[in-house]
Order: sequence, then C-alpha cells, then structure tokens
Amino acid sequence: MSASHTPPIIEPGYTFASVSDKISSIILGRRTPRWWWLGLAVSISILMVFNLAVTYLLARGVGIWGINIPVGWGFAIINFVWWIGIGHAGTLISAILLLLRQKWRTSINRFAEAMTIFAVACAGAFPLLHMGRPWLFYWLMPYPNTMGTWPQFRSPLVWDVFAVSTYATVSLMFWFVGMVPDLATLRDRAKNRLAQVVYGFLAMGWRGSAVHWHRYETASLLLAGLATPLVVSVHTVVSFDFAIGIEAGWHATIFPPYFVAGAIYSGFAMVMTLSIPLRKLYQLEDFITMRHLDNMAKVMLATGLIVAYGYMMETFMAFYSGDTYEKFMILNRMTGPYRNFYWTLILCNVLLPQVLWLRRVRSSVPMLFVMSLVVNTGMWLERFIIVVTSLHRDFLPSSWGMYYPTRWDWATYLGTLGLFFTLMFLFLRFLPVIAIAEMRGLVPAGSGGKKE
Amino acid sequence: MAQIFHRSTNTVARVSIYGSLVALLALSFALYGLSASPYYTDVNQPKDQPVPFSHRHHAGELGIDCRYCHTSVEESSFAGIPPTQTCMTCHSQIWTNSAMLEPVRASYRSGRSLEWIRVNALPDFVYFNHSIHVHKGIGCTTCHGPIAEMPLTWKANTLQMSWCLGCHRAPEKFVRPRDQVFNPNYQPPADQAVLGAQLVKEYQIQSLTNCSTCHR
Amino acid sequence: MTANGNNGTGKRGPDLDALRRRLAARGGRQYWQCLEELADTPEYRDFLHHEFPHDPAKETGVPRRDVLKYMAASAALAGLSACTKLPEEKIVPYVTPPEQVIPGKPLFYATAMPAPHGGGAAVGLLVESHLGRPTKIEGNPQHPGSLGATDAIAQASVLTLYDPDRSPVVVREGRMSNWTAFLRFLTPILEDRKRIRGAGMRFLSESVISPAMGAQMRELLAMYPEAKWHQWEPAGRDAAREGAQLAFGRDVNTVYHLDKADVIVSLDADFLRQGPGAIRYAREFISRRKLDGPESKMNRLYVVEAAPSNTGAMADHRLPLRATEVAGFGRALAAALGVLPGGPAASKNVPQKWLQVVARELDSHRGSSLVIPGEYQPPAVHAMAHAINAALGNSGKTVEYTDSLEVDPVNQAESLRALVSDMAAGKVDLLFLIGCNPVYSVPADFEFKAHLLNVRVRVHLGPYHDETAEQCNWHIPEAHYLESWGDTRAYDGTVAFIQPLIAPIYEGKSPLELLAAVQGKAGQTSHDLVRNYWKTQHVAKDEKAFEAFWETSLHDGVAAGTAFPPKVTPVVANLPARLPVALPTSSGGGALEVAFRPDPTVFDGRYANNGWLQELPKPFSTLTWDNAAMFSPATAERLGVSSGDVLRLTLAERVTTAPAWVLPGLPDDAVTLHLGYGRRRAGRLGNGQGFDAYALRASAGLWAAPGLKIQPTGETYRLAATQHHHIVDREGHRAEEESAAANDPGRGIVRAATLEEFRKNPAFAKEEEEEKTSGLSLYPGFAYTGYSWGLSVDMQSCVGCGACVVACQAENNIPVVGKHEVLAGREMHWIRVDTYYRGELENPETYYQPVMCMQCENAPCEGVCPVGATVHSPEGLNEMVYNRCVGTRYCSNNCPYKVRRFNFLLFSDWTTPSLFGVRNPNVTVRSRGVMEKCTYCVQRIQAAKIESEKQDRKLRDGEIVTACQQACPTEAIVFGNLNDPSSRVSRLKARERNYGLLEDLNTRPRTTYLARVRNPNPELGG
Repeated sequence: MSASHTPPIIEPGYTFASVSDKISSIILGRRTPRWWWLGLAVSISILMVFNLAVTYLLARGVGIWGINIPVGWGFAIINFVWWIGIGHAGTLISAILLLLRQKWRTSINRFAEAMTIFAVACAGAFPLLHMGRPWLFYWLMPYPNTMGTWPQFRSPLVWDVFAVSTYATVSLMFWFVGMVPDLATLRDRAKNRLAQVVYGFLAMGWRGSAVHWHRYETASLLLAGLATPLVVSVHTVVSFDFAIGIEAGWHATIFPPYFVAGAIYSGFAMVMTLSIPLRKLYQLEDFITMRHLDNMAKVMLATGLIVAYGYMMETFMAFYSGDTYEKFMILNRMTGPYRNFYWTLILCNVLLPQVLWLRRVRSSVPMLFVMSLVVNTGMWLERFIIVVTSLHRDFLPSSWGMYYPTRWDWATYLGTLGLFFTLMFLFLRFLPVIAIAEMRGLVPAGSGGKKE
Repeated sequence: MAQIFHRSTNTVARVSIYGSLVALLALSFALYGLSASPYYTDVNQPKDQPVPFSHRHHAGELGIDCRYCHTSVEESSFAGIPPTQTCMTCHSQIWTNSAMLEPVRASYRSGRSLEWIRVNALPDFVYFNHSIHVHKGIGCTTCHGPIAEMPLTWKANTLQMSWCLGCHRAPEKFVRPRDQVFNPNYQPPADQAVLGAQLVKEYQIQSLTNCSTCHR
Repeated sequence: MTANGNNGTGKRGPDLDALRRRLAARGGRQYWQCLEELADTPEYRDFLHHEFPHDPAKETGVPRRDVLKYMAASAALAGLSACTKLPEEKIVPYVTPPEQVIPGKPLFYATAMPAPHGGGAAVGLLVESHLGRPTKIEGNPQHPGSLGATDAIAQASVLTLYDPDRSPVVVREGRMSNWTAFLRFLTPILEDRKRIRGAGMRFLSESVISPAMGAQMRELLAMYPEAKWHQWEPAGRDAAREGAQLAFGRDVNTVYHLDKADVIVSLDADFLRQGPGAIRYAREFISRRKLDGPESKMNRLYVVEAAPSNTGAMADHRLPLRATEVAGFGRALAAALGVLPGGPAASKNVPQKWLQVVARELDSHRGSSLVIPGEYQPPAVHAMAHAINAALGNSGKTVEYTDSLEVDPVNQAESLRALVSDMAAGKVDLLFLIGCNPVYSVPADFEFKAHLLNVRVRVHLGPYHDETAEQCNWHIPEAHYLESWGDTRAYDGTVAFIQPLIAPIYEGKSPLELLAAVQGKAGQTSHDLVRNYWKTQHVAKDEKAFEAFWETSLHDGVAAGTAFPPKVTPVVANLPARLPVALPTSSGGGALEVAFRPDPTVFDGRYANNGWLQELPKPFSTLTWDNAAMFSPATAERLGVSSGDVLRLTLAERVTTAPAWVLPGLPDDAVTLHLGYGRRRAGRLGNGQGFDAYALRASAGLWAAPGLKIQPTGETYRLAATQHHHIVDREGHRAEEESAAANDPGRGIVRAATLEEFRKNPAFAKEEEEEKTSGLSLYPGFAYTGYSWGLSVDMQSCVGCGACVVACQAENNIPVVGKHEVLAGREMHWIRVDTYYRGELENPETYYQPVMCMQCENAPCEGVCPVGATVHSPEGLNEMVYNRCVGTRYCSNNCPYKVRRFNFLLFSDWTTPSLFGVRNPNVTVRSRGVMEKCTYCVQRIQAAKIESEKQDRKLRDGEIVTACQQACPTEAIVFGNLNDPSSRVSRLKARERNYGLLEDLNTRPRTTYLARVRNPNPELGG
C-alpha cells in the first residue's frame, strides 16, 4: 500500500515537551484512576488463589492435579509453553524490530518487553511446580557437590534451565537499560521526595550527556544483538522437550520452527490484547495508532499461516510415513475423546484468523481485540492437544487413559494470570508504559522546539 | 534545583554493583565449605555413649580382633554390634564392679538392650555390605580410620557419596592383602601402586560405580 | 525362634511386644479405639525414631492447616543432597542373641497355609523372615500342592498378619476383656453342660481338614454326647460331595493328573485358579502346552462355562452356557458317549456339532482324556463327570480317588439348616462359632442373624471383629497361620505342619487352643496339641523316631508319605436311576438367570480388608475395589444397560443394588454376581466396598438361580478398572477398542497362531522388518563382558492368575493407593497382566500378557531424565535411583510401555506402625514425588552376586529368581544371564516364537515374549 494511506505512527502536533508531559503525567500527574484500583484488586485476589494453590501443592504433591500414568504432563507444561510463547513478541518487537530500524515499534516496545518479563515469570513457575520434589530443583544445575554427580546434559529439561534463565536475564536487562533515560525524566519531573529518590536511584545517575546517550545507544544495540537469537533459540529448546521424545505427535523435526512461529503468533495476540484497552484508558491513541494495530495484525496473519502449515504437515507426514502410531495419533486427535479441543484449535488458529486479510477487519479495533483473544485461546489449546492427546493413547493400548484437569489445575493456571496482571498493573502505574525518549525521536523534525 | 543524591552515591553505586557479584560468589563458596565441614559431616566428632567404650583399649592395647565383637562382618551386610552377653564374657570376670560398666551389667540383669549411639550412619536408601568389602581386601581402618587410637569412637570419613566413589573408581589405591584387613595398625606399603594393581587382579575387584550397586 | 522386631539394628521392625503390652494394659475401652491411641505411646514414638530418623510426620500428606509446617519441612529437606546433617540414630543390639539369627540376613522357614480358596487344601510355603518379621511368602518346592509356586491370595496373606484392623483383644459384649476372664467365664458353664451331657451345645466351623482339630472334634463330641458339630463354608464343596455320593455312594477326594491328559473337558470348572490343587494343576496342565518347537505336541482343552474364567481363557474351544444349561450339556455328552441313557435334550445353545466333536475326541482318547466338573455345578454334573471318566477308563490314569480330605464330610447346607432350626426352636443355648462369619455369609433365607440372637451364650473365634463377632457375647481373636501351630492336608492328602514365624502380635488364639479350652485343657499350647496328636498317629515306631519325623517334617514342610493312597472306586450300577430326572430349569427366553461366584481376589469376603488383594485387578474386568453385576454385551444392549449403571436386583423378594459391568464372553440372559463384597465390618479397607451378593443368595440356589429381575435406579457408579475396555463399533461390528488396536498387525502386540499355522510357519511371530533392522546403530554398542540380564515371558503359559503382581508388590514395598487413585489412573503395580480379546464379543479368545519394565537396551527413559536418576547398568539393567529422582515424569511420558509408576502423593504408609513389619528391608520405601519401576528385583541380583563373589565363583543359572518368576505356578517367567548361551532364558529367547514388544521402535527390550499357540480342533475351525 502507498505511504499516503499509511496512518502515521504518531499523530501530528506533538512536541518533545508534550510527549514527555503526556506519558509521564500518567505516573506523576493525574490521580490514580478508579479502574486501576479495581483492576489491581481483582488481579491480586486471583494472585491469592495462585498462592493457595501452590501452598497446597507443596503440601500434598502433584497428585492434586489431574495428571496420571500415561498423561504425566498436564496443565503445568501446557501453561509453561503457552506463557513462554507469549513472551516472544516482546523480544521480537524490542530486539529484532530495533535492528531492522522499524520505527513504529517504539510506542509499543516498552510494555511489550514488560509483558515478556512478566510472562517469563509466570512460565518459570511451572517447571519448578510440576516437579515431584520441587525443593530439589537445583539438582538440574551443574554445581560441585558431595555426590560427585552432574545433571544429565542429554535431557532437554536441562537445556530449558539454561535457555529460560538466559532469556529472563537478557530481557530484564534490555527492559531496564531502555528505561534508564525515562526514569531520569521521571526523576526530574517528580515533585515529592520519595518519587525523586526512587526514580533517581533507578536512573543510576543519568544526566543525558552526549556520552550517556552514546553508551545508551551502544548498550541497546548490543543487548538487541544478544536478544535476537534468543527469540529463535528459546522456543526451539522448549520444542525439544517434545521433539526429543519418542511419542507419536511429539517426535517431529518440524517442531522448532513451528513452535517459534506459534510463539510469535500468540505473543502478538497478547500485545494486542493489552495495547487496545491500554490506548483507550490512557488516551494513547495518538501514540499507539491504527498503524501499529494494522502491522501487528499482519504479523499475526503471517505467523498464523506458518502454524497452519505446521498442522498440515503433521497430518500429511502421519499418513505419508505410513507409521501406525502416527496415523493413529492424528486420527485420535481428530476423532478421539479430545476431538472437540482439536477442532476448536483449528477454528481459532487457522480458520477465524483468515479474516485478517480484510483491511476492514484490521482497521476495526473491536474486531482486532476479539481476534487477539481467539488466537490466545487457540494457542493454549494447541499446547493442550500436543501434550495430552499424544500421551493419553500411545503405544500399548492396555495403558490408554484419560486426563481430566482438577480444580487445582485451574487454580494454578488462572492464578498465573493473576500474577501476570498484578505485575502489569503495577507497571502501568509506576513506570513509563511508552518509551518517552524514543517517542521524542519520532516527533517530526522542525516541530521540535515549537510551542502549540 | 538541589541535587537529590550526595556525590558519594556514585562511588557507593559502583562499589555495590561489583560488590554484589563478589558477595554472591563468597556465599556459594561458604555454603560448599559448610557442607564439607565437620559440623555437618560429623567427622572427628567423638560421640558420648551410654558406656564410654574405648576401641583404643580393646582393639589397640588388648589387641582383641575386630571379629570378636563384630561377628557378622564377614557374612552379612551388617557388621554386628556385640550383644551384652559378649561384653559379659570378660566383664563377668574382670572389672566386675566398676561403676563405668554398671549399665552393661544392668542390661544383662534386666534383659533390656544397651542403646548405643550410631557413629557411622548412612541414609536408608544406601545399601552398604560389609562382608563383600572385607572379602575384597578393604580393611576396617580404610573407612573407620585409626580405630585402635580412638578412646571414644568417632567418624573418620564423611561417608559422602563422592568419598565412596573415590575408592570405587580407584580401588587399587586402597586395597590391602586379605590377611591385613582386620589389622588396625596396617600401613600401606610404599609400593601400594604395584601391590594394589596386583591385588585388584587377584581378588577380581571390579570398579562398580553404577547406581544399583548401593541404591535399590 | 521369633525375635522381636526392635532388636538387632536401628532400622528394624516395630516393638510389637511393647505395643501388645500397651494394648493389654488399657482397660474398659472399645478395642478399635486402642490402635489409634497407640499413636502417642512412648513405645511408638521411639520406635518411630528408630525406623524414621527423618520424622515422618513432616513427610506424610497432611491436612491443610498443617500446610505451613509442611512447607518448612520441605525447605528443611531441600538440603538432602549436600548439607543435611543426618539425625542421630541408635543401635539396639540383643542382650543374648538367638541362635541362627544374623542381623542383615533373612531366614526361611517352611510352613503351610490352609487355603480356604483351595477348598481348605494346603499350600506349602517357605516364608522369609527378617529378625523375626515374616516379610515374604514363597512356595515350598517339596510340597505337592505348591511345587514352589504360590497364588495371589497366599502371597497376600502376609499382609493380613500385619493388618492394623485385625482384632487385637478378647471382647466381651463390645468391651475389652482377656483370655483368662473368658476361661473364668467358661469353666462353670461347661460344668453344667457336662451334667446334661452337652445338650444345647453347638459348634459351627468351616470344613474341618486339620487332623488334629478333627481329633479334638471327636473327643468333644464324646465328652458332650448331646452336643452337635456343624460345618458351613460359603463357597464350599457341597455339590462335589453330593455328586460323589450319587456316583460312588460315598464322599471322595478327586485327584487329577492333568499332565497325563491329552483331551480335557471342563464342565464349568476353573481348575486353574480355584479348588484344591489349583496351583499344582496349573503347572501340570501347562507342562503339556510348553512348545520346544514345531514338532512338539499339545493337549487340547474344551471349556463349557457360565462365566469367563482363567481356565476358559486357556481353552482351545470355549462354549459359554448359562450355569443351569451345563448339566444338560453333561447329560447330552454322556448320552453321546453311551455312558448314560439320553436324558432331557440339551439347551438349544449347545451346537450339536460341538457336542459331537467333543464326544468323538473323548472317545478316541480313552485313558488319556479327562472330564472335570465345576465346583459350583449341581451334584448331577459331578456324578455324570465321574461316570464318563470311569467309562472312558480314565480312573486310575488321569484321575484318581482317595478318602475325603475332610475329617467329617457332611452336606453343609443341610447341616446349617439343622443348626438354624434348632436355634429357632430355642434348643441351642451355647454356640461356638469357630473361624467363620455366618452372619455375613449364610444364605439369606436362613435369617441366621435373627435366630443367632436366640442363643444365650455365643462365642466367636475369628481374625476380625466382624459382622458375627458383633452379635456375640464373646469374641476371641483368631491367630493368623503365621502366628500359630497347626496341621494341614494338601490336595492329595499330604500332611504339612503349620509352623509359626512370629509370636501372636495380638492376643490371638488358634482354633486348637479354643477347643482345648472347651475340653478343659486350657493350658495346652497349639504346639503341644499338634505334636501330641501326631505322637498318637503311629507315624513313627518310637519316641526317637517320632522326634526325627517331627524335625524333618518341620524342616521340609511336608510329612513324608502321608498322602492318601488312591482307592479303586467303582461307579454305582444304578446311577441313571439315581440322577435327578428333571434337570435344573434354565430360564432363558429373555428372563435373566443369576450365577453366583466367589470373588477372584477377596474370595468369599474373608480377604476384604487386604489392600493387595483389593487392588489386584480381577481377571477380564480388571476391576479393583469393587464387584459388579456382569452382563454379556448382547444382553446389556437388549436391556439398555451399560457399565456403571446402578441396578436394583430382585430375586424372589430378596433385593440388592449393584453397578453393572458389560463383559465379553458371558452367556446371554445371565448375570454373574461375585460374593465377598458389601462387608460392614471387614476393616477400614473392606468396609462398604462393593455390594453384598449374599443378600440375594438362597439355600435353594446356592450357585445359580432363575428369575432375576433388574430395574435401573437411574444412578451411575464409578468402577475402578485398571485397563479400560471400551466397546465400540468398528467397521459395522462391535469390538473392544483396546483389543482391536492391540491386534492391529502394525502394532503387533499380541502375536498368536494355531498349532497348525505354527507348524507351517514356525517363525510366525517374527517380522522381517524388525529382523532386518534390529540392533542397527550408528554407534558401537556397549560390550557386556560380565553378566547381561534378560527375561522371557511365555504367553503360552500365562494363565492370568495375578500371583506375580502380588508377589512383586510384596517384594518391592509397592504401596496400595486405593480406589480413588486407581480411578485417577495411578495404580502402582510394577508388573501388570494385560488382557486382550480377539474375535467376536459373544465368545472372544483371551490373551494374557504380563508386562513389566523391558529394561530396554536403547531406553527412551534414560536420555530424558535431567538428573540421571534412571541409567543403564553394565549388566544391562535400566536402573531407577529413587533418591536421585526429582519427579519430572518425563521418563514415564517417554516410556512406550508405560511401565513406570509415580508417587503422585505420599502413597507409602509412613504412619501405621503395624504395617512397617511387612516391608522388605532391602528395598527403599519410596516417598512422594518419586518415580519407581521394575528392575528385575535388583536387590536379589545384588545379594546373589555378593554371595557368589564371596565364594569367588560365577553365578549359576537359576540362582537368581525374580519375585514374579518365583510365584508363577506355570513357570511362564524366566530370568537369567543372556551372556550364557546355555542359560534357560537364552535358550527360550532362541526359540522361533520369541518376539519383542514394540520392537519396531528399536528400544531393544531385554524382556521378550514367546508367542501364544492355540490348539483348536480343525473340525470346529478357529
């Protein structure tokens, strides 16, 4: 499409000052809106459910969940993969798009990164909780010990430990470094002493000198460079958890690309789910414009098609290979006890998203919001299908079984949503949701110093 | 406007950044050190017993053979703790009215067992077998230390898995001739390397390091 | 000989003496509260301290309010790897050591179990004892009824010994009392009785087989001439007894020689699982079916049966008939053989061709054929079978007759009827109920409970304070057979002495001791009673010789030369006349007929509180913890009943409600009900499990009755089956889903052929693909220089009895998880007997496949464990290191055989002191969050290896026997060293029929299977 039709990435008429005002005022200026208190209250109460669930889990053991033999992994692993996937969009936006000089990313990268970190936090909880003896988690790490033993490096679970922890660290650094100048702005604009001290401390003595800016740019680029491979590697490693396995429906070479695409798919869906209400509530329509939504919709469409290709190949290979177990697995997914999950998944991830081809849809905020929710659901179902249907009827018919989640499964799952949104709300309230400094960079040249 | 922070803050910041890294390292080293310290492993910590039994006196000075009391050491996994009867074989004759031995006599009269404090304990998921080690030429003192010099028995080695593996990976360093197994004063010869290798062959000692050797 | 558990080393069994003393010390409390209260006795506390240095209270599953404490504990445990200070332990040596006992080494003693499920005939045992704690039951190779094998119930009996719900003390009117008080009470009463020659005095016991007890019985009746002795066994052999009366004019004990029979016809007889000598018969029967190669011969088995049985599963031809139709079949068969004049025509369900072929086969195998009547068939069937066997000249060859095992064989139904009418008439005022539970198990129409209350003094001797004890003035706890002396007879009459391995844990008394007390010889111990009786039996010429006899008998576990001599017993001339003209009426025509059967695991209900048996999947249905009303698929469809529906069953005004279960292979228009459930006072495990089928049972139709009415209640009930059988529609015809998949050649799980096919293509079980690719690898394999363990399972020999499952559970401290967890799919058995059907649902072939860990050479589980808790040993074992496992369950997900088991919760019982006694000290008791599985009994391997190394020699073949192998009656499981080409297992694996499960995955399993070969009659096809 030609540039003339492209909506701008920042509405005209802004100056450096007004940009700073608008964003920092969210934190410093106007009094905390009622909806924020409400949202936080709800999130925290769900977070409490999570705490209860985890406490009871540690007290009784993983038997409080619906898992069994043959289905040894249930909600815990499903949610782990789902959350990790969601995180990816943040890194993609902040790192890859930065390297690709995609200016439009600026207004969404900050909270996208935040989303990444919070998502990883939620994801990280599950591998620990799903262990039978979580207090021995550190045995998965190589450290000199009195048993003269090491972890078993052939196991993807050990790779996970490294992949996820690296991912968490780098994302956190990236997020924080990017925030330093804005924290300085907040420090300078803050009125009360406490705010000054806190932001001042976090700003690490930022003075905005040329040297600072120079180092800042370099650091961002370096971190971006580090983060970029992670976008691909993390979910690749996660997909190995399955691809290494012998189970039909797991043991597939297509898993890494297909998982990464899925991750970005769900990630962008989540960014959209968050940004749409956000821009409304904080009147940020000028910063997060239709252009952004449109671009994200396109990314979703693209990745969605890759995922669809993944499903197609799975089915094709099953029959092409002529392998009894693969064929049975696919048929069992389509016609077995969990068929409704499978077909809902196809509907959510493949069929419905095709409407994104239409500009009418891409330019309708409500429609986009609905689609983002649909895709999030679909991607969760995908993980459910991969984990459960592959396990519940595998090689020996005598050991076939079913998996029914218990209320504790649900409590842990919804609980992490509580954790996620609690962190999100605190972030909205106390940190700049949009990169002020970078937004200044978007203010059309010339209009820089002019007053309204 | 006025500075929020004093100049020194910069220094503090720098120091704390590197300091935290150092602190982290230090902590992990401390923890590891602790796990190897006698406080945790009980090594060289004599235990008070209901009767202050002295191996130095019995095994060292009197030279009583280990097997006189630890009867099942050659046939069972458990070396055997002498029943009161065994003590009384001598102590019905000598030291018959020493106060120190009253608990023993009491036990013999009442038929209630003496309750010794275990010095060399292993977790319940470790299955150690004395008889096979003894048969393969591993001496008592190899694990139990200079028992003939212990007035009150203490633990001579950590008995931690890595310690066990030390021998299981290189038995030739520790094996001794069978006739020396129960000699509490045995000193490995200068040519242990040669002797060890030869004994390993002779006694068909395998270096068993697979898990079910000890864990079942 | 019985050392008390607490002595020896710090990690041994409970101080049972102390617990017992404590119990005795408490007064005026109802007995069942005492056990709970024990929890805070000092004995218990420091016993716990000995047993569990890591205070178990911190590790067991806890109520929610202890959660915080619990988390603290978790935190405390976190250090386990490196920096946990081991808590202080104590070593408690003996004061004076008992001879023979070496701490750390088990001892084995020969004894025998009187097996009620084996018609009272004994199973000879060798029992493993650790410092005075019997822990494991093995068969006694020298005992004719056992031949070194056992069955599931014998295996599980050791758990009953430690059952915390066993009645611990003498109870009087619901209040705690003691033996002396009982004697004080008894003496005056007996004095009066003496004066009136024992009038109004009655004894009720189960079938008396113990010779010593028989002698006491005679003495008592001599002492009290007016007294009467009655016998009642809920699953007794009345029919066989009466059948013998019909055919021979007297009761006999029938001894089969299945190893001599080429053609066997079973008339609803489950001779491989139930009745005297079942274990022996299974061995003999299978010995004629083991195939060395295509040239070897096989016997042929025809089974006519009313309910799927393990015997039926072995049949080459199986004909489902309603229980009441079997007699008609027998009569027709006899007629076809010209043994009896043709009676009433057999039911239309009997295909004439089938009948003809069977008749011809029998006729052409005179002297080498055998017809076996079912325990639960009417006397006529037994008589006809006897007649046919006689006519075919099988007597003396494949079947022999001896004196009855029973001391005083009577028609128990009649005997009981007499007792009840006397009680009703108020003629009884002193009743001794000896080791029986009539209030629960007597046919409903006797209304035993009501009449029992007419009796003034009711004395009950039993292992539990059960339904009957509840109604008695006195309850005396009965000693377990591992706690008391006694004598038994094997299926062939061979005497074996019961030798206790431990002093009574509670105040238990043996029947002998109680009867002695009634004789006024209260002082005598059961040891003296047995010994003195046998002194008088002229088994030895003098005191010294008797001493020798006694010692050898105790040592060997059998009294040599005491088997009954076979007797020539001609069939009475006028048999046809004596046979009932009218055969039992079969309902048919849509009306339902009910068949009662004792439960395959809890039998008549006496084992209802045994967790191992409750959780042992029942054959075919694989149900646990419940019984159900079994329907054939067609009947279920016709009545619109499906598995789990709760039905109201009405049989002549008697009513009960039961969940339905649809089972292939049942005859149509018939319902099978299993006895033994719906217990009210079995104990904490047995209470309220299942439904009470006795409620429908009347003396008129003990085993089968027409006219059952069913009525859906609309409710459904969740039944816990370990192998879910879904009946689905496949290509138009209905099939059992899992079996359909299992028979899919792509999976090749069940591989079977007929004898002809096998002879044509001996390698029918092989797949070229597998053959070509097996062992292919880019990497050089590991060189196994020492031993290389492997196991062979012969599907041909497995009769699906489940002995291996319980044996494994006992050997490896496998926990019982309970119905709820089984429903969740979390049963813990390390070995399971998979059951698959082939063919039409009406009458499918059944295939058993015991599955344990395959110890794969390329084990999928090993690569994925993040902490290396499961690794390969240099002897090829796939080791499982419980203390290293962190519980990611990845290994189980990645195990194609799903043989790994996970402690989802704290399944092992860390809190019930009495249960610690049964644990095998050589196997770690797993805590929660840990994966576990079969390792070919690695503890046995290590023990044997250490012994051989100490003698500086290699292990001999057969020196190591896994628990499952040792228990198996048919030697279907063989373990050994694959590096030794001459070892039994190597030779078995070299056979043509050898194949590996899921070999196409290239897991290279070390456990392999010998394909099943059936021997159907070509004339009947199949």
